[in-house]
Amino acid sequence: MEQYEPDRLSPAVAAAMRRSLRNGRAAMTRRSLLRASAGGALTLGGLGALSACGIPAAGKTSGGVSADDHSAKEKEVNFSNWPEYIDVDDSGKHHPTLDAFRKRTGITVKYTEDINDNDEFFGKIQPQLAAGQDTGRDLIVLTDWLAARMIRLGYVQKLDASNLPHAFANLSDQFRSPDWDPGRAYSYVWQGISTVIAYNKQALDGVEVKSVSDLLDNPKLKGRVGLLTEMRDTVGMTMLDMGKDPAKFTDDDYDAVIARLQKAVDKGQIRRFTGNDYTSDLTKGDFAACVAWGGDIVQLQADNPHVGYVIPDSGYMTSTDNMMIPNKARHKTNAERLIDYYYEPGPAAELAAYVNYVSPVAGVVPYLAKIDKSAASNPLIVPDRAMQAKSHAFRALSSKEETAYQQKFAKLTGA
Amino acid sequence: MAAVTEAPPLAPAPEKKPPRKRGRLVPYWLLLPGILWLIIFFALPMIYQASTSVQTGSLEEGYKVTWHFATYWNALSEYWPQFLRSVLYATAATVLCLLLGYPLAYLIAFRAGRWRNLIMILVIAPFFTSFLIRTLAWKTILADNGPVVHTLNSLHILDLTNWLGWTAGDRVLATPLAVVCGLTYNFLPFMILPLYTSLERIDGRLHEAAGDLYAKPFTTFRKVTFPLSMPGVVSGTLLTFIPAAGDYVNADLLGSTDTRMVGNVIQTQFLRILDYPTAAALSFILMAAILVMVTFYIRRSGTEDLV
Repeated sequence: MEQYEPDRLSPAVAAAMRRSLRNGRAAMTRRSLLRASAGGALTLGGLGALSACGIPAAGKTSGGVSADDHSAKEKEVNFSNWPEYIDVDDSGKHHPTLDAFRKRTGITVKYTEDINDNDEFFGKIQPQLAAGQDTGRDLIVLTDWLAARMIRLGYVQKLDASNLPHAFANLSDQFRSPDWDPGRAYSYVWQGISTVIAYNKQALDGVEVKSVSDLLDNPKLKGRVGLLTEMRDTVGMTMLDMGKDPAKFTDDDYDAVIARLQKAVDKGQIRRFTGNDYTSDLTKGDFAACVAWGGDIVQLQADNPHVGYVIPDSGYMTSTDNMMIPNKARHKTNAERLIDYYYEPGPAAELAAYVNYVSPVAGVVPYLAKIDKSAASNPLIVPDRAMQAKSHAFRALSSKEETAYQQKFAKLTGA
Repeated sequence: MAAVTEAPPLAPAPEKKPPRKRGRLVPYWLLLPGILWLIIFFALPMIYQASTSVQTGSLEEGYKVTWHFATYWNALSEYWPQFLRSVLYATAATVLCLLLGYPLAYLIAFRAGRWRNLIMILVIAPFFTSFLIRTLAWKTILADNGPVVHTLNSLHILDLTNWLGWTAGDRVLATPLAVVCGLTYNFLPFMILPLYTSLERIDGRLHEAAGDLYAKPFTTFRKVTFPLSMPGVVSGTLLTFIPAAGDYVNADLLGSTDTRMVGNVIQTQFLRILDYPTAAALSFILMAAILVMVTFYIRRSGTEDLV
């Protein structure tokens, strides 16, 4: 054993010094620290301070609160989107459609991939919007149920139809009038999302999966089935399987679906409820089959020949991600021009060929075929008529319903 | 230039008071940044959360303080299983960390010689990547078709863990075992570092003295080394237990529906259901529970000062 004191003090002296530091009045014990912080907190926050805070009601001004539009002077637009949700060139640094937009209009798009999760993103911008502040974003892309909530809370601005000629003309009928934004006064679709059943052939090992019932009941899949934490997708698909319509259902219908799912959870049939991370479980074969999003499946199939998908006979859910302009955005007109740009069939085809989700633009097929023939004939990217007939949307929920349904669904997933 | 000469010379200070007074205040000035930091990033958010926990309302109508303390009771009666599970998992992970970490810290402190720095770097190296990536890596390691699960299966270890209820079927992922393993792995360095610091301080001659007094190696450890390393044991267990009890990432990625911890509940309540009061109340209950347990623990272990 060697000498442990680096300095030249004798060990006894050093030990005495340490003792005095630790045990004397100068010692910072855990307790004195706790006492100090608790005392500080109490003196600071009297009960009055407690009642003083509170969260203001959401502004209910329909039409939203617009700031002065600086579009003419500042040739830019701040666009927040999800990761890997736009075309990228080979260098990985440029977005060809955005570059083309700048060349044509002179407007620079500041593109940020900072939306990873609807709930989290809402948690992030809600305080600013509730306080009537600029979020620093001119255009955001949110999934339909959150888009509905944003409109309900008055957090987004009404769009100016005169800036949106292409969008108005080319929006495909399927997406024209959702019950939460009739006539698309506040939002336009960025991409549509088909929710289907995906499987891993290797892990399935000959077991046939054709419906949600197979997922929930087949004992051979016990512990190897994945469902989505996105309530509307999981509940919607199960509801269709039970012969009910997600566009008009009652509380009892909802409870019946939850009870059916609960039975599968209790049996140990369901391995996990997941977000986007189901893709790794599926490719590794930890999930034999799961509820999945169409665009992901197109990409997974390109890398992994074992991944396949089925569209149940009972139908499938379609949801949308929507472009919206938050209150107080500085460049509203520029943002509207960008929305309209993506409704021209050319840019829309380039986007669809890259991101592989459902394009909301009618008439995109011939343009898409020129870029990528297989994409133009893939029903996950361009749903054919037979498939469109099976598409269903989840109805809009009141805020009371939303809370109650999310509570029940959270209990199902374990918390 | 002239100004400098004009100033009266300070050297023959006529009064002693001013410099002494200033000297006395210096520590407080030095504390100021830390105190401000604590007020802004600890005390104020705590007050805000405390207020939120006794509010009622909705996003549309806004939230108002109504002193609705029932939220606490409702949260506790609704989610006590998740609380219990958090304490259980965190305790298991802490014990595992101690069992794994103590020998390693001992090795580094007394036996590693010139390898000491290298081993320390290896202990800390996982921190160079993100928490999330490290946890996701466990999903690959423990995959159903991976070598680990195959080995455990062929050795019939999974039969044993199945019987104990730690795993289910031929898998480790999405079971309590995976969550506890993930927690243990992620918080292990927090155990090793304080253990190492307190072991390293022990004077090697004490061991020699114990040997001179005919103590066997184990007796030396029991009577000399371990008692002297107690500050490290206590702070290591605290640094492991407290974050592990509030963690939700491991339970989310490595667990299943029956392994959700209180952190998951708080996350769901706050982000998904938007029930801010319940989320805040749950946080306070967790904090209070940990505080009580920790106080009790420190009292029992008799270590007031944590180095």
